[in-house]
Amino acid sequence: MKIHVLQALGLGRRTGVHPPARKLTRARAIEHMPLPSKVILPLQQHIGACAKAVVKRGDEVKVGQVIAESDGFVSAPIHATISGTVKQITTIASPITGQPVLAIIIESDGKDEWIELTPADPQNLSNEQILTRIQNAGIVGMGGAAFPTHVKLKPPPQKHIHTVIVNGAECEPYITADDRLMLEETDRIIAGIKIAMQVLSVTTAHIAIEDNKPRAIERIRRALAQLSPPGRITVVAVPSRYPMGAEKTLVKSILHVEVPEGGLPMDVGAVVQNVATLAAVSDAVTLGKPLVERVVTVAGMVSESKNLLARFGTAASSLIELCGELDTSVDQVIFGGPMMGIAQPSYDSPIIKGTNCVLLKRSDFRDEHSCIRCGRCIDSCPMGLMPLMFVNYDKKREYEALPHYHIANCVECGACAYNCPAYIPLVSYIKNGKTELRKRGIK
Amino acid sequence: MDKVSKLVLSPAPHLRGNASINRDMYIVTLALLSPCAGAVYFFGLYVLLMLAVGVLCTVLTEYAAKLMRRQPFHMDGSAIVTGILLVLVMPPRTPLWIIAVGAVFCIAIAKEAFGGLGHNIFNPALAGRAFVTLSFAGALTRWIAPVSSLVADGVTAATPLSEGFITALTNGVPYKALFLGNVAGSVGETSALLILIGGAILLAFGLIKWQVPVFYIGTVFFLSWIMGQDPLFHILAGGLMLGAFFMATDYVTSPLTTRGKIIFAVGAGILVVVIRVLGTMPEGVCYSILLMNAVTPLIDRYVRPKPYGHMPTTRKGA
Repeated sequence: MKIHVLQALGLGRRTGVHPPARKLTRARAIEHMPLPSKVILPLQQHIGACAKAVVKRGDEVKVGQVIAESDGFVSAPIHATISGTVKQITTIASPITGQPVLAIIIESDGKDEWIELTPADPQNLSNEQILTRIQNAGIVGMGGAAFPTHVKLKPPPQKHIHTVIVNGAECEPYITADDRLMLEETDRIIAGIKIAMQVLSVTTAHIAIEDNKPRAIERIRRALAQLSPPGRITVVAVPSRYPMGAEKTLVKSILHVEVPEGGLPMDVGAVVQNVATLAAVSDAVTLGKPLVERVVTVAGMVSESKNLLARFGTAASSLIELCGELDTSVDQVIFGGPMMGIAQPSYDSPIIKGTNCVLLKRSDFRDEHSCIRCGRCIDSCPMGLMPLMFVNYDKKREYEALPHYHIANCVECGACAYNCPAYIPLVSYIKNGKTELRKRGIK
Repeated sequence: MDKVSKLVLSPAPHLRGNASINRDMYIVTLALLSPCAGAVYFFGLYVLLMLAVGVLCTVLTEYAAKLMRRQPFHMDGSAIVTGILLVLVMPPRTPLWIIAVGAVFCIAIAKEAFGGLGHNIFNPALAGRAFVTLSFAGALTRWIAPVSSLVADGVTAATPLSEGFITALTNGVPYKALFLGNVAGSVGETSALLILIGGAILLAFGLIKWQVPVFYIGTVFFLSWIMGQDPLFHILAGGLMLGAFFMATDYVTSPLTTRGKIIFAVGAGILVVVIRVLGTMPEGVCYSILLMNAVTPLIDRYVRPKPYGHMPTTRKGA
């Protein structure tokens, strides 16, 4: 009630922005793409420590074989995604950071030979065994951030977890990979949810889906109704408002509490997992299958946008070739959505675990003007920040002032820059500010 | 892929909304056409000449200032808005040279000397108006009554506010004339109706927050009522309407947050009534906004949104 009164007075916060959805591929079924002749597998496809190569040049590998082992708990192993020969171990530009990263290049033998998989019934596995299977399968968050999943599913014992929030929001424009997965692989997702609930020993799960995906909502509701016994899994239609799929925004929408500043959803008893991640968890635990492929939406300035099931390491150009004519004016390849995606230096950048979209577009550079203090960035910030202040202090190199405006809270969703009439690249300023603070050791 | 074209790297987001400074300024200009039309209708074609001189001088001054500062000149429309607003707060028969001087002051001193668009502390149009009022007091007190014909010369008359509350009471307050604009006053301030139409355009495009005019006008209404004045007369007469929709809402010189804007509006409302009722000047809108402009940095320092997940105990520093 209090919230409603405040909102009527314009004092409550209705944050976020409304970019055009442009979900052109929502009706296109997932298409299995042909096996690539070679894959490029960066050893860092996740947040945390870089994996260590355990194969050498000339080695024969099978699909699902570990080619790089995780180094530490917050890390994930990398598997061969095609069968063939290790051709080279070299540095490439990372699709995440653009910085040099080691990558293993495998040439296909065209046989698609898999390692032997060991299926299991999750009911008969201990939590420890389940987590090990997830860790060994190399599963990381597939919504984009790529945080190792086994870490998220093993919160410290002092945290009381009561809810699994399943992230099917898919709030970025263009992307329909999760939407299609929810329609076509509903059972795998639900199996994954049950495993996550089992490991975390919780009885409640909420599947959050933006209300612009009525078919997915309907499909999952129907599947849940047939569950026996009916578990406490519910579908929650959340408003289509970017960045709904950001963890903290989602927690607030579903549980009506805010994650404490500097904290994680587990501090309020929730673990958030993306739908594609949970489908992979199901494969890993029940089939023993490592994570080697994902659904990627190819969209933008191609004549035939598609949802493709692609092996990791496949060059973006191979996906684009399957999507008809590429507009001649395209000069940007974005991995991820238009709001938070990363511009790639090459058409041959490899698809990795967090790549949910390959977006082809024309660059649209605009000169930055002076801030006119319109306050749109403040109104749109989902984290309740004053983004323009970060720009002000960045320009003056007064980085010590940034923490006073809670810069660490920024999730870099880009809502502020989307709305800026002066075309100020606020996210770049904020990232720069964070880097400068790190250099100075200021938190 | 045989494509060799170079790929362009750029930071996210790769998508932009339709907001732009030009768009904002031209919407404001569009909204100002309504009171401008009223000004020409009520005070004759001479107002067109005033507008032409005002806009020409503001734009040329901005161009010259940018040349001198060796900065690129953007025709972003902000100088046009300043020029129009300056003319709208001038008396009907203001000599053109005074408008020119005011326009140059608006841009050169109140705006560019502070660093240009986005850096000025005071609303340029109001600063210009205050400057010419103080400099050429004699020439700016010739108020004329509205004319029926578009070209006829006016008859000198007192503005409702300078005539004073007592006279207004004895003669009966001409609410309808005040609302429609058929009274003496600054050219663009007399018609509440036409300003409301312009304000509706600003609200419809989401350029201004309704809280600013509502709290500003509301404060004047209630405070004048409490002080035993005629509240309706106070909100309809003088420059309150124009100030509330077009000047107190100026992005650059008003607070950033909605709560800050409300504090600004209430503060300006109190100042208007204090100046009108207790001060020696008949009108207080211009100075109320200029004074609140000066307080804006202070408001912005203390009124901030609550960060997501912020706990009072974890508060650190400033």
